[in-house]
Formats: sequence, C-alpha cells, structure tokens
Amino acid sequence: MNPGASSIIELTGVSKYFGPFKALDDIKLTVRTGERVVVCGPSGSGKSTMIRCINRLEEHDEGKIVVDGIELGEDTQNIRAVRQDVGMVFQQFNLFPHLTVLENLTIGPIRVRKMEKAKAEALARQYLDRVHIPEQAGKYPAQLSGGQQQRVAIARSLCMEPRIMLFDEPTSALDPEMINEVLDVMVELAGTGMTMVVVTHEMGFARKVADRMVFMESGRIVEVAPPAKFFSDPDSDRARLFLDQILEH
Amino acid sequence: MSAGGDIAGAGARAARVTPRWLKQARRVMASRPASILIYLAVIWAIVATALNGAEAMGYNWQWYRIPRYFFEAVEGGIVLGEIPWGLVGTLALSATAFLLATFIGLIVALLRLSDLIVGRWVARGFLEIVRNSPLLVLLYVFYYVFGPIFGLDRYSASVLCLAVFHGALISEIFRAGINAVAKGQWEAADAIGMTRWQVYRYIVLPQSVRFMLPPMTGEVVNMIKSSAIVSVIAVAELTTIGRNIISDTYMSFEIWFTIAAVYMVVTLIISTGATLLERRYTVRD
Ligand SMILES: Nc1ncnc2c1ncn2[C@@H]1O[C@H](COP(=O)(O)OP(=O)(O)OP(=O)(O)O)[C@@H](O)[C@H]1O
Ligand SMILES: [Mg+2]
Repeated sequence: MNPGASSIIELTGVSKYFGPFKALDDIKLTVRTGERVVVCGPSGSGKSTMIRCINRLEEHDEGKIVVDGIELGEDTQNIRAVRQDVGMVFQQFNLFPHLTVLENLTIGPIRVRKMEKAKAEALARQYLDRVHIPEQAGKYPAQLSGGQQQRVAIARSLCMEPRIMLFDEPTSALDPEMINEVLDVMVELAGTGMTMVVVTHEMGFARKVADRMVFMESGRIVEVAPPAKFFSDPDSDRARLFLDQILEH
Repeated sequence: MSAGGDIAGAGARAARVTPRWLKQARRVMASRPASILIYLAVIWAIVATALNGAEAMGYNWQWYRIPRYFFEAVEGGIVLGEIPWGLVGTLALSATAFLLATFIGLIVALLRLSDLIVGRWVARGFLEIVRNSPLLVLLYVFYYVFGPIFGLDRYSASVLCLAVFHGALISEIFRAGINAVAKGQWEAADAIGMTRWQVYRYIVLPQSVRFMLPPMTGEVVNMIKSSAIVSVIAVAELTTIGRNIISDTYMSFEIWFTIAAVYMVVTLIISTGATLLERRYTVRD
C-alpha cells in the first residue's frame, strides 16, 4: 500500500434502496490507484449492488460516488466516460453469443473507442494472449468451456484499456477444475498494477493479491482490514463467524 | 401355481400394451399415402358438394375462359393477363406497406421500452387505438378523413393504413423479441460504455432476430391477406381485379376460386421459404 497514491474510487455515504428495502446503507469506501480490494460477505449483503454502483449498473439513491475524478449522476456523458475507464467481469460471463471471440473483444474498441478495425484486432489478439487463449479467436462463445469464456470476458474488458477492473464473483459459475485458470489470469493482472475490486469467496486468491479485505453484511461495510489481520484476527464477530463458515469447506 | 402366475403376468402385460392390430392401423393411417388419400377424399367431398349445389342452382361453369386472365396470346408472343398484374399490385402494395410497418413497429417498440414517459405514453395510445379498431374502419378513416385532410390518394391511404395496422402488431413482435434477450447482455454492453442506440444496434437487435423471424414471416402472410381489403376503395390489386373481371363476365365462382388459389399459392411459398430460413438461423448457433 502506498499512502501517497491518489484515490481512484470514492464512495461516501452511499445508500441504495430496492423499493422499501435498503440494500446499501451509508457505504464509505476509498480505493487508491493500483490497490486491490477484495469484498466478501454473506449472500444478500450487498456486495454486487455496491460494485455495480461503481459503474452505475445500479443507481445509488444517497451519497456520492466519484470514479477517476468523475462524479456519477444523471449525466449520461459522464456515466459512459466512467464506464470506459472501468472494466467489469460478471459471474455469468455475459459474452455476446452472436459474435466470435475476436468480435466480442473488438466491438468495444471499434464502436465505443472509435478505433480502426485492424488496430482493434491487434489489440484483441494481444489480450487473448494475455489470458492464454490466442487460438480461440474465431470461435463463438458457446463453443468454449466456462473457464475459457470467463477469460474471454476478462480480455474483453481489458481491450477497453480500463484503469479499474471490477469482478463480481468471477469464478462462482465455474466447474471447480476451471477456477484456477481464471484466478491465475486475475493474479497476473494484479501483477500489472491494475486497480481491482473483486467480490469473491476465493480466500486463497484474496490472501495472495488483496491489499485490503472489505467485509459486508446487511448492506453495510462491517470491517476493512489487511488480509493478514482479517484472516487471523478479525475485529468483528460477524466476520469471524463468516470466515469459520467458508473456510470449513 | 407358477403356470398360473405366468398367465396373470402375461394378461397384465397385454392390458398395458396396445394391441398389435391397432398399432398397425395407426401406422398405416399416419403414413404418407394414407394421409394423401384421406386429404383427397375430404377435398373431393367438399368439391362434389359445391358442384352439386352449383348445378342445382343452374350455374353455368366457364372454366375455359379463365386461362386468358393469366396469359394472353397476342401477335408476336404471350403477355401477362390481368390476374398476374393484380398479383404484382398486391405484392408491391404489401411490400411497401410491410417495410413501412416494420419501421413503425421498431419505433413504437423502442418508444415503449424507453425511459421517456411521454414516449411510452404515445406508444401505448397508438397501440390501443390501432388494436381496437377494425381494419376496414381504419381504412375508411385513412381514405375518407385523412385523405382529404392530408391530400392522400387512394394508394397512399391504403399503404399508410396497412402500415399502421400491421406496424402495431409488429411493434409487439419487436418488443417481445427485445425482451427475450438476456438482461446480462444489456449490462455487458453498458459496462463497456455503449450508448443505448449502440446496444440495440450491435448487441440486442441482432440477437432478437432469431426470436422475431417466425412471427415476422407470419406477419408478411397476414399483410398480403389483409391487403385485399383495399379493394373496397378500388386500389388496383388482386382482389380488385377479381371484382372487375366478375362485373364484366359474371363468372363469380370461377374467379373467386381462382383468386383464392393465387393468394394461397403465394402465401404457401412464403411460409415454406420462411421455414427454410428459420432452419438456417437455428443451425448457426
Ligand atoms: N434488482 C433488485 N430488486 C430488488 N432487490 C434486489 C435487487 N438486486 C438485489 N436486491 C436485493 O438486495 C440485496 C443485496 O443484493 P446483492 O446482489 O448486492 O447481494 P450480494 O452480496 O451480491 O449477494 P450474493 O452473494 O448472493 O451475490 C439482496 O437482499 C437482494 O435480494
Ligand atoms: Mg452478488
């Protein structure tokens, strides 16, 4: 952790309601440039909702969110600017099934970044190399395994050359034997200095790459701690209970 | 003792299994030759009844006069008769109206799915009005009301009326097709910073085509059939031609049978083509 580094994501007093239900309750979180934050917590605690607010897939109702110097609000121009800076990887991959792997990767650069096709394809091949599937460029997503699909999804986000990557349980939908190939790619990505916010229950990954652990429950951030402390001696009983439960498996 | 058990077992089995003769009879009935025979018998029964009826009322059949309405021999060759020209009119009218209807349908569907409250409201109003008006009344409104107001001739009024009527139905097809695309596709496209229009254009609509193709081809067939209604304001197309021929010749039985057959042949060709097209689309993924 570099205390001198500037903050790239700032959430202050953020709340979010689904109807009368308060899914996020007064969230305060600052992520510094290059920092890796792993978010965990029980199901329904608001982890997805929180990271989806960061690229405004969900709209927050109260508080302030500033990403890379841009405050998220009604301004669609701002929202798109933020989204180009923030990559997101989903639990269900969400690849575009009607496009080949290469087209999945180039459509953002070509349509959103207005990049030339040849240049976008070169970029795409470079990132397919990075996620270790250069040979799958011509296939359709349905022809790939889950692990390969998720790696394509990561490459698709990276092709937009984002400054921040968000991951929402990227390995939860995978067969166990494919989890590591995806985690390996994520560890390598962490090695490049990318700012990452990762919702995951893969505690081995968290120990390896996280600068900070964020523990959520009932829409609140209950504890923030470095992984060494979080895993050995968490302050809150809730976190201790949660860790006992998931580390049993 | 054991022999008795065997017999009881065999009896139980026989009760469960369909008898052989019944199975065989079913297989014969389902076979292609049997189906064709049954089909021909039914058709024959209908035709025979009709012919008997016609004879009873002393109808004078003049089928030999029909071919000249398809082809006419003139000096130096053969030219198309009135019925093919009527069909061309019908197809041109339907095609124009269908293109316009698709455009209207897309706009209305996008308005209904938009965040604009006014847009949704306008789309809903349009849908309710069109869906709850009979096509014939709509045609009269376009021709007798909008015609003089906006200076529409009978052809434009017909095209617009058909386009609006089918546009409402097509908008529902679009809406269903768009909604059938997984929500994650929107999110993934949003997450890379696409505009709403780009999401539709590159991600959602291409995936909806698969869901929309079958009902859309059905709508083409419906369009061709409902285009016949413009004969009430004497727009030149197949049904109008039929009426004209009859007023000259009084061969109403022959002409209406013929016109119906022409519609049927055209719509059957379209449906068959559509089935082949759909098959190709499903193979692709
Ligand atoms: N679109 C929605 N409408 C209504 N309620 C929602 C919606 N999305 C989430 N919620 C609710 O908000 C709460 C937080 O959901 P969220 O998906 O953020 O939890 P999570 O921590 O990601 O859980 P999980 O580990 O199951 O993914 C849950 O109680 C959920 O039911
Ligand atoms: Mg979640």
